[in-house]
Amino acid sequence: MIDTLALAVALPLLGAIGATLWPRRSLPLSLVAGLATTAAALALTVEVALDGVQRSDFGGWGAPLGIALQADGLSVALLAMSNLVTLAATFYSAEYFGDKAVRRHFWPLWMLLWASLNGLFIAADLFNIYVALELLGLAAVALAALTGTRDAVSASLRYLLASLLGAITYLLGVTLLYGAYGTLDLGLLADAITSGPVAWGALTLMIGGLLIKTALFPMHFWLPPAHGNAPAPVSAALSALVVKVSFYLILRLWFDLFGPIVTPAAANLLGILGAAAILWGSWQAVMAERLKLMAAYSTVAQIGYLFLFFPVIASLEPSPARDDLIGAMVLFALSHGFAKAALFLAAGHIQQCAGHDRIDDLAGTVQRLPATSFVIALAGVALIGLPLSGAFTAKWLLLSGAIAAGQWWWVLVVLAGTLLAAGYIFRMLGKVFGFQETPYACITAVRSEVPALLLATTATLVLGLAANPLWFLLGFGDLR
Amino acid sequence: MMTQGLYIAAGLLLFFLGLWSFIMHAPVLRKLIALNVMGSGVFLIFVTFAYRGQEAAPDPVPHALVLTGIVVAVSATALALALWRRLEDQDGD
Repeated sequence: MIDTLALAVALPLLGAIGATLWPRRSLPLSLVAGLATTAAALALTVEVALDGVQRSDFGGWGAPLGIALQADGLSVALLAMSNLVTLAATFYSAEYFGDKAVRRHFWPLWMLLWASLNGLFIAADLFNIYVALELLGLAAVALAALTGTRDAVSASLRYLLASLLGAITYLLGVTLLYGAYGTLDLGLLADAITSGPVAWGALTLMIGGLLIKTALFPMHFWLPPAHGNAPAPVSAALSALVVKVSFYLILRLWFDLFGPIVTPAAANLLGILGAAAILWGSWQAVMAERLKLMAAYSTVAQIGYLFLFFPVIASLEPSPARDDLIGAMVLFALSHGFAKAALFLAAGHIQQCAGHDRIDDLAGTVQRLPATSFVIALAGVALIGLPLSGAFTAKWLLLSGAIAAGQWWWVLVVLAGTLLAAGYIFRMLGKVFGFQETPYACITAVRSEVPALLLATTATLVLGLAANPLWFLLGFGDLR
Repeated sequence: MMTQGLYIAAGLLLFFLGLWSFIMHAPVLRKLIALNVMGSGVFLIFVTFAYRGQEAAPDPVPHALVLTGIVVAVSATALALALWRRLEDQDGD
């Protein structure tokens, strides 16, 4: 029996070591390791779908002493999305980085990023999560600084400081839990935890630390410059996956670990911050002058939607209606992952061809880069949440859930956010599809455009129809 | 028990002093030192939990975790300093 849990982390790590040792062969090595990693992640997804939760205790050392990896429906849903997005961005990167020096630094860091992402999705131990979070942060910061421009380095430094603050705050929470309960295994802790000052302090510190890394308003200040100035495939991974994985950890802690002790007031606070993120992020995206900055602010807003689910879910007893909302939240996270990655890859291609990404000067893009323009339109559909996209199903469930729970104010926020999203997407599309005769000097490139196209199609068409398989994976009944 | 409480209180004090300094001071180096002070506070609390009374041997797990934490903190600080140097060099030209 091959341990797919271990492979999902070990293969990209081997790729990173290989790419460091043989810089000349880093591209083929990374491609092979990436394909193998994705295969392992998808195999794990199938195993969980067929046999339920998978767990692996390394070296035969069980908890509380050993460190375990564990995957359930929630982990593999995000793990599969994350690996498909990273794989697409990997193929895109093969074309994107022309400069040899940059390429030599890119591949080891990229594979390290991949390993820590996978490690976080299947971690079953709080300290293991801390180490993987720090690894992820270091790799992400180094990748974001890769262009070496002053803006990028300054943004990365800010990103690093925010990321370290989040991690150390999280670690203090972990410390308190270890002091009180003497174990760091998620399952054992969940059984032991009781309401009290220690659990409350740990909850506040751990969720607070992760919120900085998730860039929930008003802790989003580091995100737009870092994501807007990174190389395109890096921006795609940062926006689609790196903030998503800390959101996943919040879900894990909120529902599995602190489930019995979280209060509606805490959930409402998250909802209010989410609402502020939607309005502020969308407005900044409408005002943004550069395509990548617009996409980055759009991420701030889309993160907000994810937190809007918390107060509505908190108001419901365990029931199929509550399951539907949790499913919708995961569907929204998946949909944003695919769509935002596609948008950033397309934006990077436009930037390389046109030499800039100023939205006002994008006229004529559709004549020069028809496929990329199509990607932007498709990703836009998913970001606004128009019908057919996964985000539409998710927003629909959120709206009906909020109305059923009597929390109509969230409905207003979703409507306003959707209107603003339509505003920034159509403003961009208006320019991209505008007619202009002067041709750009770049031809349409298969390897740069196809990965983005696949991601955008997945976000819009596949996920719109994929709700039922996802519900099955999460162990819920059929979507009603 | 009393001593343990003192260590935990000192650790918390270090953590919040660092946090205060991190938020209040703009220069990158001060923020970085503040983060390290916060880290020391967390590590101090963590090793305190290893104490299991006069007779019993200390719990080895916190030691291993704190060692890992220190390694992570050192490498993160190194990366931050490298980025900061890069900025300073570019501004110097």
